[in-house]
Amino acid sequence: MNTLQKMLLALLMTAGLLVGQAQARDAAPEAEDPVLEARMVRIAAELRCLVCQNQTIADSHAELAVDLRNQVREMLRAGKSDAEIVAFMTDRYGDFVLYRPPFKSTTALLWLGPLALMVLGLLVLYRVLRKRSQLAPEAFEPDPEESTSIKS
Amino acid sequence: MKLKFLIPLGLFLVLVGFLAVGLKLNPREVPSPLIGKPAPAFDLPVLGPGAVAAGPQRIRREDMLGKVWMLNVWASWCPACRDEHPILVDYARRKTVPLFGLDYKDTDANAQGWLRQFGNPYDAVLVDPQGRTGIDWGVYGVPETFIIDKQGVVRFKQIGPVTPEVLRDRIEPLLKELSA
Repeated sequence: MNTLQKMLLALLMTAGLLVGQAQARDAAPEAEDPVLEARMVRIAAELRCLVCQNQTIADSHAELAVDLRNQVREMLRAGKSDAEIVAFMTDRYGDFVLYRPPFKSTTALLWLGPLALMVLGLLVLYRVLRKRSQLAPEAFEPDPEESTSIKS
Repeated sequence: MKLKFLIPLGLFLVLVGFLAVGLKLNPREVPSPLIGKPAPAFDLPVLGPGAVAAGPQRIRREDMLGKVWMLNVWASWCPACRDEHPILVDYARRKTVPLFGLDYKDTDANAQGWLRQFGNPYDAVLVDPQGRTGIDWGVYGVPETFIIDKQGVVRFKQIGPVTPEVLRDRIEPLLKELSA
């Protein structure tokens, strides 16, 4: 990938992020209380919509997401804490609604898997490099530049 | 050591295995945290005449204690419910435990029309026009079906339509076990 392509890709990805944020704002209807609304959106952005599972409750237009946003609003008005609201949701829909599931025995692989794979990769890399460093110079093919310089 | 070249192939096959299993899983079937927990409280009006035999005007969770029962969440606007409906009507003819409906985010007129047209398998239909009880029960896609035991504990949840296979292999054996 050349530099231009990389820049284009970066640009596209940034645009994608901006669009995502714009949608999140769209989904919140006219706010009579902007502070409460901001809190609601912040909590809803952490919750997965179960109808369209790759969207958060904050930016989904599914009817259930609308209901759940209203539920969050209502609970905030009743003075519930963020933790209480999240607990309300997980009691009903399970850890699956959380975009950041808690660390426990059933999610250990999820959280530690990538780390384990990286450690494994580093170990393999280390072994390969060590082996190569112990090989005699004759075991390697000559660098292309050296060979051309010999020819010329 | 000559077989070392097979390692990538082996890893590839493991990956294929994982992907094959992944393809068969249904991401819509989110395990319910309610299984094994007391059924959420509810106190709902019963769908009016034309669809239901005479009975109490409201049904609460407490009214259901002491018997095994099924709760089927449905709505007249739900196409999958239409597919499921004949199976419930068929079940109702030979039923062993009462079947209650929860009419989710629907209008009474539409629900009554639907029951007149397709038959009414329910002992009573509870109405939840706002979907509040639905949220308490963790409903996210109708139809859903719950089995509640004599102690009021949720023992089973079917997400999506009940099929004849699910009814025969999962639901009826469980009902028999719970009613014993």
